[in-house]
Amino acid sequence: MQKYSVFSLIKNAFSDHQNWEVAWKDPTPKKEYDVIIIGGGGHGLATAYYLAKEHNITNVAIIEKGWIGGGNVGRNTTIIRSNYMHDDNALFSEFGMDLWRKMSQDLNYNVMFSPRGIINLAHSDAQMNAYSRRGNSMRLNGIDAVLLNREEVQKRIPMADFSDNVRFPIFGGLMQPSAGTARHDAVAWGYARQADSMGVDIIQNCEVTGFDVTNGKIVGVRTSRGDIKAKKVGLCVAGSTNILAEMLNMTLPIETHLLQACVSEPVKPLLDHVVTFGAGHFYCSQSDKGEMVMGGDLDGYNSYSQRGNLPTLQHVLTEGIAMFPFLSKLKMLRTWGGIMDMSMDGSPIIDKTHIDGLYLNCGWCYGGFKATPASGWTFAHTIAQDRVHKLNAGYSLNRFNTGDLIDEKGLGTKTWIS
Amino acid sequence: MLYIFCPHCGSRSQNEFAYGGDATVKRPELNKEISDQEWNNFVYLRKSPRGKHLELWHHISGCRQWIKVERDTSTHEIFKTYKADELTE
Repeated sequence: MQKYSVFSLIKNAFSDHQNWEVAWKDPTPKKEYDVIIIGGGGHGLATAYYLAKEHNITNVAIIEKGWIGGGNVGRNTTIIRSNYMHDDNALFSEFGMDLWRKMSQDLNYNVMFSPRGIINLAHSDAQMNAYSRRGNSMRLNGIDAVLLNREEVQKRIPMADFSDNVRFPIFGGLMQPSAGTARHDAVAWGYARQADSMGVDIIQNCEVTGFDVTNGKIVGVRTSRGDIKAKKVGLCVAGSTNILAEMLNMTLPIETHLLQACVSEPVKPLLDHVVTFGAGHFYCSQSDKGEMVMGGDLDGYNSYSQRGNLPTLQHVLTEGIAMFPFLSKLKMLRTWGGIMDMSMDGSPIIDKTHIDGLYLNCGWCYGGFKATPASGWTFAHTIAQDRVHKLNAGYSLNRFNTGDLIDEKGLGTKTWIS
Repeated sequence: MLYIFCPHCGSRSQNEFAYGGDATVKRPELNKEISDQEWNNFVYLRKSPRGKHLELWHHISGCRQWIKVERDTSTHEIFKTYKADELTE
């Protein structure tokens, strides 16, 4: 594989950049693989990469029905954080933060990781208390957390509404300075390029139509490009999890819902951090191109449509304008939607299943992007060793049966209001 | 914008409604020994199909009645609506 560096850039400039190697190949599927990963999104690509890198398993195929990076890894708002209170989530995410910091060097691909800090705004004394509790829990788990008062918040985001006449005055906020953003497409492409160079077959435009299970053991998958045998199969298909589960006669604690995001026209740099509104559900950051990247609530009913509905967008942006009044003067550039695998406690599932050789990675709700490296790393471990790692031991499928839920937000099973 | 036909009030915009989830989930019978698995099935497991989905909606800014709506989860087309106690096809 051609290494990307300033020297390769200069060298290729002499041939007008016409002779760059392709970043990944377009192979035809082989008859058999050791491991098949279904889903060529961030998690699937990362899983294949860590299978090859950490476990030396390179006879691997990624099967993707569309094109890699065309799903949620290309549709998110690029936020990376580990500001969780529960141990399972906090330790898992903080492990991921470490992988994020090293990712550009590790993948020899600039993922533009930008640790600009995230501020969760608080709008009441009670919320300040809750944030101080969460911040303390984070610090006990070795994650940086700073409780900001109103003046400290105002110094960081003076453009927020600090006037006297507001419905939800800003009391302060909880900041994780090491949180940030990354270029989401680069994450998919970087993992794809490295996985490909280690021998992983990335097979696009190949839809899974069924599974071959014999005596409780997976033996292969049926696809639109023929049957492929496999010793192990991993599912990394986010919002399409229930569709594949149905083919396997499994019912999961997951519902598929629609989430929208949008960007404004680009403006000069004004927002240094990722900021979330505490009296509703709205988050905002500024991209390197200058666009304000925004998102909020789910559309609120089961959906596989990947396109949003106006009432929710309007509601979300109303909250945005309550927080940052200047947003009302900006034009909207793009809006889009993605389908989320909403789990019943808001936390993911990375586990084995009752079918031998079949592994499940799902339930990311709308927090999947930041988990990409940690999810891939632990899922690769789970597949390679046929047992869960201690980092994903809490993310078991059986926890709904035993009551060991990880309900970070305590919202219960109404996934559409979370 | 979805337009939902409330069997009590007629066609109204989605803004008047609150979603209530899968209407096919059945609570285990009362006064009966119920296994953890049965509770798990009722509380947590959902089919979440792509295609026709029978779901509950609450006409919360209207007549405040719960209704059942048969809707396609990939096209958002609404086929039929029912009163909460009405038998579905």
